[in-house]
Amino acid sequence: MHLGHLDPLILSRLQFAWVIALHILLPAFTVGLASFIAVLEGIHFFTKREIYFRISVFWTKIFAISFGMGVVSGIVMPFQFGTNWSRYADATANVLSPLFAYEGLTAFFLEASFLGVLLFGRHLVPRWAHFVAALMVALGTLISTFWILSANSWMQTPAGFKILDGRFFPTDWLAIIFNPSFPYRFGHNVVGFYITTGFVVIAVAAYFIRRKMFVEESRIMFSMTLWLLTLLIPLQIVLGDLHGLNTLKYQPTKLSAIEAHWTPEKRAPLILFAIPDEKNEINHAVIEIPLLGSLILAHDLNGEVPGLKQWSADQRPPVAIPFFAFRIMVGFGVMMLGIIIMSLWLRFRHRLFDTPWFLSLCQYAAPIGFLTVLAGWVTTEVGRQPWTVYGLLRTAHSVSPSLTGSDVLLSLIGYMLVYLIIFPFGIMLMARIVRNGPSEVAKKEPIEGGQPSSPVVTPPEYTHHDN
Amino acid sequence: MIIDFVPLWTLILGAAVFFYVLLDGFDLGVGILYAFAPDRAARNLIMNSIAPVWDGNETWLVLGSVGLLAAFPLAFAIIIPAIYFPILVMLLALVFRGVAFEFHFRDAAHVTFWDHAFSIGSLVATFAQGIVLGAFIQGFAVEGRAFVGSSFDCFTPFSIFTGFALIFGYGLLGAGWLILKTEGELQITSRRQGRWCFIAVLIAIAVASLWTPFMDADISQRWFSWPNIAYLSPIPIITFAIAVFEWRSLNNRSEIAPFIGAIGLFLMSYLGIAISLFPMIVPHHFTLWQAASSPDTQAFLIVGTMFLLPVILMYSAWSYWVFRGKVRADIGYH
Repeated sequence: MHLGHLDPLILSRLQFAWVIALHILLPAFTVGLASFIAVLEGIHFFTKREIYFRISVFWTKIFAISFGMGVVSGIVMPFQFGTNWSRYADATANVLSPLFAYEGLTAFFLEASFLGVLLFGRHLVPRWAHFVAALMVALGTLISTFWILSANSWMQTPAGFKILDGRFFPTDWLAIIFNPSFPYRFGHNVVGFYITTGFVVIAVAAYFIRRKMFVEESRIMFSMTLWLLTLLIPLQIVLGDLHGLNTLKYQPTKLSAIEAHWTPEKRAPLILFAIPDEKNEINHAVIEIPLLGSLILAHDLNGEVPGLKQWSADQRPPVAIPFFAFRIMVGFGVMMLGIIIMSLWLRFRHRLFDTPWFLSLCQYAAPIGFLTVLAGWVTTEVGRQPWTVYGLLRTAHSVSPSLTGSDVLLSLIGYMLVYLIIFPFGIMLMARIVRNGPSEVAKKEPIEGGQPSSPVVTPPEYTHHDN
Repeated sequence: MIIDFVPLWTLILGAAVFFYVLLDGFDLGVGILYAFAPDRAARNLIMNSIAPVWDGNETWLVLGSVGLLAAFPLAFAIIIPAIYFPILVMLLALVFRGVAFEFHFRDAAHVTFWDHAFSIGSLVATFAQGIVLGAFIQGFAVEGRAFVGSSFDCFTPFSIFTGFALIFGYGLLGAGWLILKTEGELQITSRRQGRWCFIAVLIAIAVASLWTPFMDADISQRWFSWPNIAYLSPIPIITFAIAVFEWRSLNNRSEIAPFIGAIGLFLMSYLGIAISLFPMIVPHHFTLWQAASSPDTQAFLIVGTMFLLPVILMYSAWSYWVFRGKVRADIGYH
């Protein structure tokens, strides 16, 4: 195929999907981990129990790598609006840009300034200041999530604006920030991020317990995190349900695609599996449960569920991708719930720490949160199509007009190559920290924070200075 | 009544971009000089001198780009696609260089690979930023509200020249930082590197000062018409005075003066560019006022910015204060 025939729109969408999918993996992990570290530092600060300090030092090292990767892959993101989506930027900037700017002003500087102190400043500042640094980093990650999801939600459920000359202008900032889908999306995401981190923490703890290293610390991590997940996973199911109702109300085309419903109907079935056929507007190989669709979506057996045929084909999102991505997300959610129920059963029987198959299961469940977040992200973003601003601005009208297919092909290859080097490497190095983790913590010599000859980037270990 | 926030936003954004250039400028410069460090101990010291602060420095880049989007969205929507490839290359280089901080210490087996990633990443990111600067001064092909040229228009002899010039400029800032943060042999090396960079910077300033008015009749008119030439004459005079100061402090024992002098040279060059282009934000096409976001947008953002920016400056300064003093090897508590 000649390069001139490449479509800059499709390639720009692929590029955005690539850079955001890989970027979101990092906040999905660091938002939860920052809070976890702040909690550990807090317990250590108030109870003076050394064991929490050792757990914190271990996770801070992993945090340093993942946060660094999150920063550099995050800097890429705002530039995407300019390089590839300049017409979107021109049309939406009056409404959305303050949200991005407030993210930078309220979150990024907070994170960056206090991260240096958290990682390298343990011996340079009083203990309370170090704890405050951990709190500020955690707070920064949450504030950042707040603003970016507000902007994302506005694209899904725009509010508080007027349109002049094809551009959006603000009329009500509170309506913009707290647009209809934002509270649900924010809750659903933050809880999802905490769960993602939680499964990594229990996986690492299970790995240590199986290998009989760092055992005392790992039991604490394992037990406290499983308790947290026991609360969060049922909460997440409720939040997900509320988010679904919100989608039904404000984004019926997305919901119809998720459910692969072609014709609007009352007493609708719940389709468990199907192969949606977009050309003939029908599903094949359907497995469904009668009535349950109306019950879940409308909380009423006679509830009306919309169908894609209500809208002309050029107003509909792709069907198969949101349909399957949603089922993958829910499937993983059910598995997580299963793990939690098993943990409660084993805890009740006092076998939580010495049931080998359960420890293995937890260890191999490490990536489950990431996969669920990605599946959910795909569901919601593909489901928004063919719009960048739902119902108002088409994706096809958002792309930069100057770009050729070969321009975007080159940049896409660049982003793919670099990320395919950086991400496996980062994961490998974090895995290495896990493998050496506890021994490394024990062996470290005292070094003066900020001024050692080498690894200053390694968080200086806590040491007693009795002199 | 609607207040005109454009002058204030111009100042804020101008300051944010200048902060970025200074802060990431010195740590990219340190990254460039890293390639010339004699041994592992020196390399560790050099990297450690910026390890706690680089992340905060780079945050100003995010603020600069998002600030441009917020205050002057039309300029953002025209300029950023026009510099598609320099932005791409800069971002990829910054990714490599950013992860090199962590990977370098964690990955002993590949340490030379990450050493190179750090210094080459710094060099390439700097060159790409220099191309952005040159392309911006030259201007872009615009129709309506969009850039309509090719993604390769930004590569011109002038922008390649500004690309190289910025390498030496950041090198000078980096050398100034290292003179401040190190001592002994490494400090002497940094002074020598600083002198070389200084000579190149001086030539670059002179060439740019002649090339830009020659290239652009508006800029020539701005500087050389009467009475502008009289009002603007302090700019070259002060620049010359700072240059003399910088050369002397690179050659005497002063530890902070070389860094201050380098900042002064950047400030004067920055002012020079601002004077050349004002009031255009998309040269030859749109003024700051034409490209500005809606008054509601600017007002909403100014409220928080006026409150947050001083707070940010305060705790950023605190984090520098925590890591004040010389970076030193093999110093423990005992």
